[in-house]
Amino acid sequence: MAEAEKTPLITPEMQAQVGVEGRGSTMEVDKTMIRLFARAVGHTDPVYYDEAAAKAAGYRSLPCPPGYLGTPIFNPSRAGAGRGPADAGPGPQPSRPLRRVLNGGTEIEYLDDICAGDVLISASHLANLEETAGSLGEMLITTNKTVYQRDGKVVAISTNTGIRY
Amino acid sequence: MGAKWADVTVGMNIPELKKNCSTQQLVLWAAGSGDFYQIHYDQDFAKGTGLPSIIVHGALKNGFLGQLVHDWVGNEGRIKKYGCSYRGMDMPNQDIVCKGVVTKKYEENGEKLVDLEIWTEAPDGRKTTPGYATVKLP
Repeated sequence: MAEAEKTPLITPEMQAQVGVEGRGSTMEVDKTMIRLFARAVGHTDPVYYDEAAAKAAGYRSLPCPPGYLGTPIFNPSRAGAGRGPADAGPGPQPSRPLRRVLNGGTEIEYLDDICAGDVLISASHLANLEETAGSLGEMLITTNKTVYQRDGKVVAISTNTGIRY
Repeated sequence: MGAKWADVTVGMNIPELKKNCSTQQLVLWAAGSGDFYQIHYDQDFAKGTGLPSIIVHGALKNGFLGQLVHDWVGNEGRIKKYGCSYRGMDMPNQDIVCKGVVTKKYEENGEKLVDLEIWTEAPDGRKTTPGYATVKLP
């Protein structure tokens, strides 16, 4: 069992990051981005394009299509600007370098409608770290949770799994 | 018009959604999602990382599954939760067929709910993006 004698990929410094709340980011939800996102997916429901249709269907304005939770405010003067809520830097690294990254999966839980005009505060934290060996060799599986709030009320929670190998 | 809870039965399939991404759609998605990783639009870059060609964004397939479920649920119901895993690659200009089947029908906290198994299927039959959803129906 040579594998078991290897130093774990997950260092104590990494483990200490689990559950630590990241700095909140502001996510804007606007009509133009909703239309662009819906068009990119290929949605045909008019509620994503036509505000009158959205209101007739009972929404406050254009609703977010599934998977869209607002756009972070781009500001080139801020480090890591524009690449989502997790712009706090890479954080502690594994004991051996892992060069490749795969998006493992996504889950979104919705607690309320999110519509154009909403401004959300998103805060992410590392929820889980796991190391495993698979077809790609040794892998580090990272689960991040992001909580989205509007006026102090949680409206969505997303869980994203990343695979480094 | 969306699905009605009374009409749903466990084991029933929901209407399929067929997609076939042009490279242009991938660029549109890059702009819409903010994911500008070059493996999705730069053939040389993609091959340089060992991929056979540019590949479809996982999150776009997540968006397709969202459309699959939304189009079935309509606007009187709501998606309460949905997710998927990115298990296999899909390429542009190949069919990606989104499918779903009802796995559970129940009431909870006064809401009429349905659980679904959802997935995308590549031309060779591989389920490249298996997932699940919980929806509320009228």
